Amino acid sequence: MLRAVERHRHLLDFALASLLRRKGKNAALIGVYTLVVFLLGSTLFFTHGIKREAARLLAEAPEIVVQRTVMGRYEPVPADWTEKVRALRGVSEVQPRLWGYYFDPGLKANYTFLVDRRAEPGKVLLGAALSRARGAYPGDTISFDAFDGTFTSFEVTGVLSEASELLSADLILIAEGDYRRLTGAPAGLVTDLAVRVPNAKEVPAVAEKIAGLFPHARPILRSEILRTYDSLFDWRGGMMLAVLSATLLAFLILAWDKATALSAEERREIGILKAVGWDTGDIMLMKFWEGCSVSLLAFGAGSLLAYWHVFAGNGFVIVAALKGWSTLYPSFRIAPYLGPEQLITLFFLTVVPYTAATIVPAWRAATVDPDQVMR
Amino acid sequence: MTRLRPSTLFGAAILLLLAGTAAAGLHARTARIAAAAAENEGRTLVARLGLTDLCLTTEASYCRNPALTDARTPFQDHPGALEHFPSGALIAPPPHLTPTHAPRR
Repeated sequence: MLRAVERHRHLLDFALASLLRRKGKNAALIGVYTLVVFLLGSTLFFTHGIKREAARLLAEAPEIVVQRTVMGRYEPVPADWTEKVRALRGVSEVQPRLWGYYFDPGLKANYTFLVDRRAEPGKVLLGAALSRARGAYPGDTISFDAFDGTFTSFEVTGVLSEASELLSADLILIAEGDYRRLTGAPAGLVTDLAVRVPNAKEVPAVAEKIAGLFPHARPILRSEILRTYDSLFDWRGGMMLAVLSATLLAFLILAWDKATALSAEERREIGILKAVGWDTGDIMLMKFWEGCSVSLLAFGAGSLLAYWHVFAGNGFVIVAALKGWSTLYPSFRIAPYLGPEQLITLFFLTVVPYTAATIVPAWRAATVDPDQVMR
Repeated sequence: MTRLRPSTLFGAAILLLLAGTAAAGLHARTARIAAAAAENEGRTLVARLGLTDLCLTTEASYCRNPALTDARTPFQDHPGALEHFPSGALIAPPPHLTPTHAPRR
């Protein structure tokens, strides 16, 4: 056993010495390899991190949201649906939600007004990004154009915590009467219904009952909400990976080219080794250790750099492509997560194609005829 | 003085990378504990207000609330209109709006 370990260690020594003899070339290869692992790793870690964040935050979303569509467009829901839905077996609570969008021509941004039962008349709570953009803080007055052309002012009583900015950046929490006055929303109508169903197994049945009760109702399940964010970030990550696949392909061509175009010096080296008694298996093992050391160093360094870049450096290289953009963009950090599944995926995306691209040239190098190369 | 073998130096480099990975794991654990309060705050807000979406982009209703949108909203400007907001290109339609009609095999 020890003898076998010592043999491999000698082969590794030889492979590393051979790599060090061509320092410049191999350092460039490891540098590019590390960069490829870093870019793919950053995309994978960021996508996984934000998907996890969305799933954890939206786990408390209502089990069913009931909307109404008329002629293919959303229409407010009659408030009397609330009691009819609450009477369904399996439903524990129905919260009529009154909310809508507001375009601010000054800031050229959309806000989301949401009626909060706890809000006091004449007073509003602002999302942190909106508060920063408007320069409105607790104690200040903020004004909006009402639907009838009048100017309506509210006192800012508070700013929603920056910790929840990913959910509340553009929110304005307002009292029901104020919102109806501001938007002209008629009494007796709400935007949608948030339905709570404690037993997860009953959710599809309740949604079916709601659709049966109101044929133009559109129930949206929490599972669909969660799948939306999975799909959204898979889409973004996929687009980024599609762009990066060109980089990966270019790197593989570089690795394959380097492995096939053995320099005269390398060929002579292999020829001498075979002439002094190394067999094809030994050369293959030496080449294996060469590839292995390059891959291990590049994979280790690239994935570590990717981790620190995404979770400590806030992903400054890839963030614009993956987070999206907005006038009122939330400032948020993703809770770090490093799981074996991500490292395995990254390994299969980088090390396996590199090994596949270099193994055949290594085998061809190992089977070279010493007489031919030394002549 | 004996010269270090290349494999010893290589082993040291690998150990250093493993230590870096362990440090990253530790960082992830402590940062998650530190972020738990913020996460709870977010979850409480979602439960209290019945929120359904992350605020990633606010330029159009179907980008602000992608989970609640339908298949028509992005195209309602006129018949045959193309969805045209820049962030729309970065937001995939929700899977429940794009069922596959391919036969099951």
